[in-house]
Amino acid sequence: MKRKISETTKNTLNDLPSGIDGRVTAVNGGGPVVRRLMEMGVVPGVDVQVVKAAPFGDPIEVRVRGYSLAMRRSEADSIEVSF
Amino acid sequence: MGNEANSQLTIALAGNPNAGKTTLFNALTGLKQKIANYPGVTVERKEGAWTVNGETANLVDIPGLYSLDATSLDEQIARDVITGNQAGLPKPDVIVAVVDATNLERNLYLVTQLFEFGIPVVIALTMIDVFEDQKHKIDIEMLAVLLKTPVVAVNVKSGRGIDELAAKVAEVKGTTPVVPYVYDEAGDEAGPHGKIFSRYNFISSVVQDSVWHSDQSSHRISDKIDKVLTHKFFGLVILVAILLVVFQTIFSWASLPMDLLEQGFGAAADLVRSQMPPGILTDLIADGIIAGVGGVVVFLPQILLLFLFISLLEDSGYMSRAAFLLDKLMSRVGLHGKAFLPLISSFACAIPGIMATRTIESRRDRFATIMIAPFMSCSARLPVYTLMIGAFFGGQYVFGFISVGALLMLIMYAIGIAVAVVAAFVLKRTILKAPPPPFLMELPPYRLPNLRTVFQNMLTRAWLFLKRAGTVILAISIILWALMYFPRSSQQSVVSSQQTEAAKSVPGAVATGDVVDEPRATNNEPLPESEQLKNSFAGRLGHVIEPVIEPLGFDWKIGVALIASFAAREVLVSTLSIIYNVGKDENEESETLIAAVRDAKTDDGRPAWTPLTALTLMVFFVLAMQCMSTIAVVRRETNSWSWPIFMTVYMTVLAYIAAFITYQGGKLLGYG
Repeated sequence: MKRKISETTKNTLNDLPSGIDGRVTAVNGGGPVVRRLMEMGVVPGVDVQVVKAAPFGDPIEVRVRGYSLAMRRSEADSIEVSF
Repeated sequence: MGNEANSQLTIALAGNPNAGKTTLFNALTGLKQKIANYPGVTVERKEGAWTVNGETANLVDIPGLYSLDATSLDEQIARDVITGNQAGLPKPDVIVAVVDATNLERNLYLVTQLFEFGIPVVIALTMIDVFEDQKHKIDIEMLAVLLKTPVVAVNVKSGRGIDELAAKVAEVKGTTPVVPYVYDEAGDEAGPHGKIFSRYNFISSVVQDSVWHSDQSSHRISDKIDKVLTHKFFGLVILVAILLVVFQTIFSWASLPMDLLEQGFGAAADLVRSQMPPGILTDLIADGIIAGVGGVVVFLPQILLLFLFISLLEDSGYMSRAAFLLDKLMSRVGLHGKAFLPLISSFACAIPGIMATRTIESRRDRFATIMIAPFMSCSARLPVYTLMIGAFFGGQYVFGFISVGALLMLIMYAIGIAVAVVAAFVLKRTILKAPPPPFLMELPPYRLPNLRTVFQNMLTRAWLFLKRAGTVILAISIILWALMYFPRSSQQSVVSSQQTEAAKSVPGAVATGDVVDEPRATNNEPLPESEQLKNSFAGRLGHVIEPVIEPLGFDWKIGVALIASFAAREVLVSTLSIIYNVGKDENEESETLIAAVRDAKTDDGRPAWTPLTALTLMVFFVLAMQCMSTIAVVRRETNSWSWPIFMTVYMTVLAYIAAFITYQGGKLLGYG
């Protein structure tokens, strides 16, 4: 499924180029952040797109389930995607 | 509330933020609303009367939220309301769930949770017209069948669905809802977040069977606007421009009503004096109550305007973009992107700024923002800066063209900001330490603000400001007045009988005509105000604290003004006026007060003020917590006395240290 050469490192949302469709494969880690991410609709199997990054490169705007969600790079790191 | 409440129908209104919940609430209840706080917290509790089937039901607005898992304060409250564990509120009979049709999947997540409480749910589908304009189709009947609960499309503007919503509520009352999805704890979806996963799986299948999306993206217009407004460069430029316009407007538009209010309170005090016999009661009403409360109420126009703009920016969807643009900068000092606007607002006045922190969900982040907001140089510091600069630095230039006054003003603002940054950094690493809060924020589509919602919000804020802050301010005003009024000095009665009628109304009557330019310190016949002040509790307190403030270069008279200025910063100016016998009504730009400050002598005959003293006082005012209205608001917003007390102590200690360094350092360098 993956088109990336490096099979060992998994792609996170931070690796997804903006404007390209990706699919969430896993949401890693525990704690309230992951829970909140999933409650906001970022669950495995959902399609995501990175719209843009804020002026200083962080946070990023993500399109998921038809709406825009802003999150920091650190949060995007816990979202594994395939594209 | 008592037995009566039990017979009355209670309906809870729940929904995601930005789903149109407030607009629907206003439409259903009209002006019959009451707003309070939930006991012990600052989450607002809004209730209103809604007529359902000819019966008056109590509609309870639950804070806007994404989930009911009780991780945030709002969610905890919402859960308590729904389960009937909230004191004074019976368990709701029906829940009206507001669902945004343009954002169906995420909005339905909360609904799937609501089903699990055993209370019948009616779904109010909003934004349906926007959704259909984009050529999408939604099968409302199918949606209701799949969700096993009534769904009503509503539009507040056209009135669509409003009656039907009431009818459906009456219909489902007393029934038991069916949870339309099954979560198998042993199944494939099981896991730490298995329930969330299975809810979303259910939602995906519901949406697939009831909604047809056209190719037209619902985000197209918002995306176009965002190309400019969140642009890497222009986005920041526009943000700064918007803020400039907002604050310029707040200052210029508010100045006229503020002047009128000030004159109104002045006239009211005069009226009291002319209509009531001279005496303690008259003095208390005129100098204590009217002057004290009036001094705070004059800020009302600024607060109204600031909340007008905040509502407009929030309702249009721009506020979350501002937080998006600035989060990186703010997170460097450990603050949330949303802290930016409250801090900027605090340059006008810390009170609306602190009230604006309500948009920050994380309690620790919010408190950190509240704790540093008063470091922003507010408009009440301006009279003090202006007086000091006018008296000691007026007409001076560096490099021949930069005005020393403007430079000092800039330095004062910079000191405030720098200390705020350091304080936030320290607070976030010590007592308000918390893992960096998740910055998960919806960027809602841009919408034209609903003017009714905006104005209602503005009036609510204004009323809360007047009501709550007003009661505390009234009490403190009376205490402060009493400290300067009692005990009455013995000369008082003698002087009063000799003076004209106007002078009887002591203190504050010296402003009648014969204002003298030079201070009366050498005068044989001391005016009652100065004697009264010296012997008053405040005057004695001034003497008591003199050893403490002496290292800052202040004498007891400045001490009295300092004590008084803890009520409100600008009180320093009027207190100095009384102390130097120039007259209470002189404002800070008057040549006479400036001259009096320049010529003032300490008790042993040295000049009371030097340029270094003036600079020290300014530095003290940048950092000290001298505003009882702010203290009252912090008390209300944090719901405890420990935070305002901590704030007052740490700010004032910092102010003392900074002033000490300024004065002693200045002396070492040979100034003063």
